Amino acid sequence: MRNTQSTQLLFELSSPGRRAARLPACDVPERPVEELLPAELLADQPPPLPELSEPDVVRHYTNLSTMNMSVDTNFYPLGSCTMKYNPKRNERIAAMAGLADLHPYQPEESLQGMLQLLFELQEMLVEISGLDVVSLQPAAGAQGELAALMMAAAYYRQRGEQRTKVLTPDSSHGTNPASAAMAGFDAVTVNSNGNGCVDMDDLRSKLDEQTAVFMITNPSTLGLFDQQVAEIASVVHGAGGLIYLDGANMNAILGITRPGDFGADMMHFNPHKTFSGPHGGGGPGAGPIAVRQQLAAYLPSPIVVQDGDTYRLDDDRPLSIGRVRSFFGNVGVLVRAYIYIRTHGPDGLRRVSENAVLNANYLLARVKHFLPIPHGDRCMHEFVASAAQLKTDRGVTAMDIGKRLLDFGYHTPTVYFPLTVAEAIMIEPTETESKETLDAFAETLLRVVDESPQLLHEAPHTTTISRPDEVQAARKPVLTWVAE
Amino acid sequence: MPYTINTPRDQQEMLEAIGVESLDELFAMVPEEIRLGGDLHIPPAMSEMEMTRHMAELAGKNQSTADSVCFLGGGSYDHFVPAVVDFVASRSEFYTSYTPYQPEVSQGNLQATFEYQTLITQLTGMDVSNASVYDGGSAATEAVLMSLAATRRSGRVVTTDTVHPEYRQILQTYLANVDTELITVAASDGRIDLPRLTEQITDETACVLIQHPNFFGSLEDVERIALAAHNAGALLIVSVDPMSLGLLRRPGELGADIVVAEGQSLGTPMLYGGPYLGILACREKFLRRMPGRICGQTVDRRGKRCFVLTLQTREQHIRREKATSNICTNQGLFALRASVYLALMGPQGMRELGNLCLQKARYAAERICQSERFELAFDAPTFKEFVVRDIDGNVDDLLAHAASQGVFAGVPLGKWYPDLADCFLVAVTEKRTQADIDRLVSALRANSRKVAASYA
Repeated sequence: MRNTQSTQLLFELSSPGRRAARLPACDVPERPVEELLPAELLADQPPPLPELSEPDVVRHYTNLSTMNMSVDTNFYPLGSCTMKYNPKRNERIAAMAGLADLHPYQPEESLQGMLQLLFELQEMLVEISGLDVVSLQPAAGAQGELAALMMAAAYYRQRGEQRTKVLTPDSSHGTNPASAAMAGFDAVTVNSNGNGCVDMDDLRSKLDEQTAVFMITNPSTLGLFDQQVAEIASVVHGAGGLIYLDGANMNAILGITRPGDFGADMMHFNPHKTFSGPHGGGGPGAGPIAVRQQLAAYLPSPIVVQDGDTYRLDDDRPLSIGRVRSFFGNVGVLVRAYIYIRTHGPDGLRRVSENAVLNANYLLARVKHFLPIPHGDRCMHEFVASAAQLKTDRGVTAMDIGKRLLDFGYHTPTVYFPLTVAEAIMIEPTETESKETLDAFAETLLRVVDESPQLLHEAPHTTTISRPDEVQAARKPVLTWVAE
Repeated sequence: MPYTINTPRDQQEMLEAIGVESLDELFAMVPEEIRLGGDLHIPPAMSEMEMTRHMAELAGKNQSTADSVCFLGGGSYDHFVPAVVDFVASRSEFYTSYTPYQPEVSQGNLQATFEYQTLITQLTGMDVSNASVYDGGSAATEAVLMSLAATRRSGRVVTTDTVHPEYRQILQTYLANVDTELITVAASDGRIDLPRLTEQITDETACVLIQHPNFFGSLEDVERIALAAHNAGALLIVSVDPMSLGLLRRPGELGADIVVAEGQSLGTPMLYGGPYLGILACREKFLRRMPGRICGQTVDRRGKRCFVLTLQTREQHIRREKATSNICTNQGLFALRASVYLALMGPQGMRELGNLCLQKARYAAERICQSERFELAFDAPTFKEFVVRDIDGNVDDLLAHAASQGVFAGVPLGKWYPDLADCFLVAVTEKRTQADIDRLVSALRANSRKVAASYA
């Protein structure tokens, strides 16, 4: 029943003279364009876009949509990405004209409801982080990291200290060292110990008076809470450095513990993970950052402040690093985060984390009997299994297993990350999955690891396409459609 | 706990399977001394009905552009969004999926991204596009960073004060920790002063960043600027308004090396500033310097055409500190909206749209300036925005009064340009009718009369 139309490109569906959009007639006195603009700036022809009818466009994209796995259609245990349910009420509310149809340069008096919402979100994130002040401006977690590292640079400059190094664990997200490099620091890797936590000796050996920041992901990308975190903070602070917390894994600790309480000086949130912002096929995210008071002056401007009964944007902040994003930031994502937090309240947020951790541990308990979990019997919100033994014994890789899961309607877990685990399979079920789903997934996984290597190497077998040739894609890049 | 599923019985069974007594025991690896003793101090939970009511109250405290007439621009615009755009973007197979790491079950997103890249190259006249970055400002900044790597020159970046002030602020922030000098050349009569610009382009200059139409709405002489940049071995980066490209020559034909744009106008509501869409396209030879995700065509095992993320060795998850950028996410959902929008508009739609913006903006400018109180600040030709000078020099009261009449008349410029404190920027999209423009004119006049009357 597969529709062959669905894989034709917009450009192949195009037919000269076809149209979808009809614009109204011009209702003001009209003059020839050539009288209004210099001829040398005018195009002879409009851009060569495809010509389609409205039904064409709707069928095309509806068909394309059915070629995706998504949270609404499939279990999506993509570790590190927190693919939880995206509440429909958030979508409906965020689309209210009084929230969506606001121009960023409207006068503040006409934005009091929005500014109140954003102010309250700042306050709630302060509380959840255990830190002192929040900026909502960064457009993504990576931009939050970058902004915070730029703040650290400004902070040390102001103090007259020359600090050039940012330390990141070997299990960190790639954005950590990349952000460090963009902020002008040398990124230095700190090794993990055998338990998957920070190797304290290696940290001590690399920590010196040149160290500006130690970036830590806690819970880590292995799904472990590093119990040494207070000691890490005291060692780093002792050397005059700052602790940055990558907040990607906040879904494990909401209302359980707070980064500010375990020594972090700066952190970002990923509201599209923790606070249910839809992932949108790759974005948008948002990356609010929370910091201690001593760093507050350096936050990107503006931030929302309350003056009595009114709210306003404060950009008179002379030590601020400036802007990292135009306008206010990714407000649509922030509005959904606000709704999510207020829908849960303190008790609800704690239960989110309790159930995220319960689900992950339950799945771990079911999986560990047939797939090794190198870092132990317990985890936080996710865990990392390894197919290394399978690869040695039968030549079956993490990728093979991940691809075969697609045939059973499960999205592949994150594979080959973190880099510290060979043949890593990183599984994050989230709190919005049922025991039945986890049971069925575990049973499928059990079945898959026993299947014939040949069958697994060639998987998936039932999807729209089979495994693509990625080498060819990179060797001779074809990045746009070209008419034959 | 509206979205968790486990019943108390489920929880009990799961705890037993794990081999622990309680939920609390699951958190044993979080040391007791750093545990939160009590509840978070945030407001209690609200049901969906309460939440909807609460949010409607907050929304009601805003004066939205839906119940006003909006002439605000400056990088975010009140263009019409066709229903099909909302329909497609609300397919949850699109909006609840993530980065297409598994191409076999992401062909929808990947093909849509490949089509987006193609549409952007068709629109801009460039060779290649990435899958998008955060917004117009980050696109401009990332383009500048690309130019540093591509030219191996890190001494100087030249821009002009006709580029969006916030984009320049972002650029300044990003360049603060690298050893590159940012030169901002002052405009004359609202346009780039070519001799003054040329003087600043040295053999250490990596790029010249301009905007066309510029922040004041005026058109720049892109071809001659390109020549000036290229003569010194610098790249030309042009930030464009995508809505102008149905009428104006494409930047690829004018000599641009990298084209960036804010893509919000292409089917995304204004959302108080985001999320938006950062468009970034360039000539083929700079492809491997591009930040962010890129989608490419290939074949599967059976030889069937398909699409994958490609050239990932540029990216942070592979290259870590040596990546071209720290960018991880793209604005997938907004790239999708832009693609649907362009597919609906087609070439003729974009041309008619451009013409409507042009005609209506020109009509509005003339009507406003029929009052002796107002004049156009600059003589240069404009597309859909223009700068009005209030000869009475009372912009704040004027705009506040107009807003109280339900008309957002323009963006005051004094905050960014002290010497334009008596000026405001007016944007006119295809959505504005003659009646809207008449309302604008009368809201601006009413204020003159009111001021006059109050002194009478």
